[in-house]
Amino acid sequence: MLNRFMQSRLRGLMVLAVILFSLPVFLSNPFHYELATQMAIIAGTVVGLNLLVGFAGQISLGHAGFFGLGAYFTGIMTGHYGWSAIPALVVGAILVGLIAWIVGRPILRLKGHYLSMATLAVGFIIAIIINNERQLTGGPDGMPVPVFDVFGWELSPFGTYSLFGIELNGSEAWYLFAAAVLLVAVWLAQNLIDSPIGRALRSVHGSEVAARVVGVNTARYKSLVFVISAVYASVMGGLYAHFQGFITPAVASFDFSIVLITMVVLGGMGSTMGVILGAVVLKLLPQILTHFQEMEAVMFGLILMLTMIFMPKGLLPTLQMAVSKRLKRRAGGQQ
Amino acid sequence: MLSEFLQYLFTGITIGATYALIALGFTLIYNASHVINFAQGEFLMIGGMTTVSLTGMGVPMPLAIVLAVLLAGVFGILLQRFAIAPAKQADVVTLIIITIGASIFIRGLAQLVWGKEYHVMPNFSRDEPIRIFGAVLNSQSLWVLGVGAVLVVALVLFFTRTLIGKAILATSMNKQAARLVGIRTQLVLMLAFMVSALLGSIAGVVVAPITFTSYDIGIMLGLKGFVAAAIGGLGSGVGAVVGGLLLGVVEAMTAGYVSSDYKDAVAFSMILVVLFFMPRGLFGAKVVERV
Repeated sequence: MLNRFMQSRLRGLMVLAVILFSLPVFLSNPFHYELATQMAIIAGTVVGLNLLVGFAGQISLGHAGFFGLGAYFTGIMTGHYGWSAIPALVVGAILVGLIAWIVGRPILRLKGHYLSMATLAVGFIIAIIINNERQLTGGPDGMPVPVFDVFGWELSPFGTYSLFGIELNGSEAWYLFAAAVLLVAVWLAQNLIDSPIGRALRSVHGSEVAARVVGVNTARYKSLVFVISAVYASVMGGLYAHFQGFITPAVASFDFSIVLITMVVLGGMGSTMGVILGAVVLKLLPQILTHFQEMEAVMFGLILMLTMIFMPKGLLPTLQMAVSKRLKRRAGGQQ
Repeated sequence: MLSEFLQYLFTGITIGATYALIALGFTLIYNASHVINFAQGEFLMIGGMTTVSLTGMGVPMPLAIVLAVLLAGVFGILLQRFAIAPAKQADVVTLIIITIGASIFIRGLAQLVWGKEYHVMPNFSRDEPIRIFGAVLNSQSLWVLGVGAVLVVALVLFFTRTLIGKAILATSMNKQAARLVGIRTQLVLMLAFMVSALLGSIAGVVVAPITFTSYDIGIMLGLKGFVAAAIGGLGSGVGAVVGGLLLGVVEAMTAGYVSSDYKDAVAFSMILVVLFFMPRGLFGAKVVERV
């Protein structure tokens, strides 16, 4: 039983790895790579958010705030103070985790819409601060971010690299790096889900009172997963800042918070692979819809509404259910 | 000194009255269906924009306003009928995303029809501004306050004196029981969305001469309405009005005395402080959780 469980978990990770590393076959120009890299980074953020929303059942409408904090912290430290990227990412993650812990304790007592309201407020306050502290952040105009570096070695979208003797240009190298980071993010998340912490979180989702009755310290677990999801967002935000080379307050905006939560719900709450699919679909959709020009927003809203009405469980879980139903029917027919 | 304070107070109460109307719209829908309608702000936009474009075509203003409000009402009914009703079994978050999808859709339509420009709407009446201790009270502010007060009284009467109002209340208290006594709850839900849309669009029309109007005006106003409703306590009518006025006044005072850059930050900090001490808002009902 346990063996099979482990296998299925590893299988998911293997499938994801195969998809991620065979994708370059279909990518033909730097723009495709840029899009794919952004998808991988945002997917990593959403995997973290899903721990909070999908597993612990707590809604956050302000997660872009943590993404933006991570992005601006690395941007400011490497840009203004000459830090190297890795220490900036790590210290940023610790700081954001601390902020999430301090804010999380009081607001996670709230339930349902009050919690959405409070997380929305936290996200908004962060965005407003970033918008107004012009000396540090450049205000609404944004700020440039130096190239990502590891101990003097630089990873720039415009450089050339060689990996195992294969020549790579900068955007290809960045994509492979982001894909590897996403795999690690998924692996960590799956380990957490299958640990005692993960079970405790799911019990909170099921019934908080029941969880408390059987001795789960629900407050502690809720703030723990809030912190973890904020750290995910912070690290991914930092990577995003280095990859883009330029950030604006849009990375911390309410709109982006909504995009993140929509990716989780659209892809399938509680399904790690599902939310990655959600990130991919929601990032691709506007690219496809640009053909509709002025109709773009109308089509986007309509597709979002219809998908959620007819697939309330999200894309991947609905697909999986349909497939397994069909398989069962076929198996039944053969008997 | 005093004139400054009064000036900020007038501004705050005027915008606060608008927030209160939006919050009442949230409250109505929340009570009837436990949905937080993120498309609430779009009703304001429909109200303001339709009035502007109809008067631009030569329709007299009172008629234009009536038509705009009716159009918003139709959108309210459509929203309930085609977006909320089919998704009965959905999660809370899923419903939120559906209403967000609806708001993007409506905003997209508005952009198609009216473009992205800001539109100016004239004041309702050409009266001179009133001066009180050196502070100026715009005639349109009086319209906002007057219309707001009339709507609140009308809502109270609607819920306490009319059969339809009582049916909405009954449905919000216990849907099953309401159905047992013969209330057609689907119809009632549709009505709740319609009344909420009417409220929102009227707020949108009366405030349009002050804030101007454009296809995306609903986003921020809708959010502020949600903040006001949460401060007051979701589901409480008194709370919505108090929350709205409080939010408006605090915002105006911050903009005046501290910094207009941070006026929204203060609004959002206020909600955190309120929820910290009163997790169900100022007037929220104490709910016993069933296990």
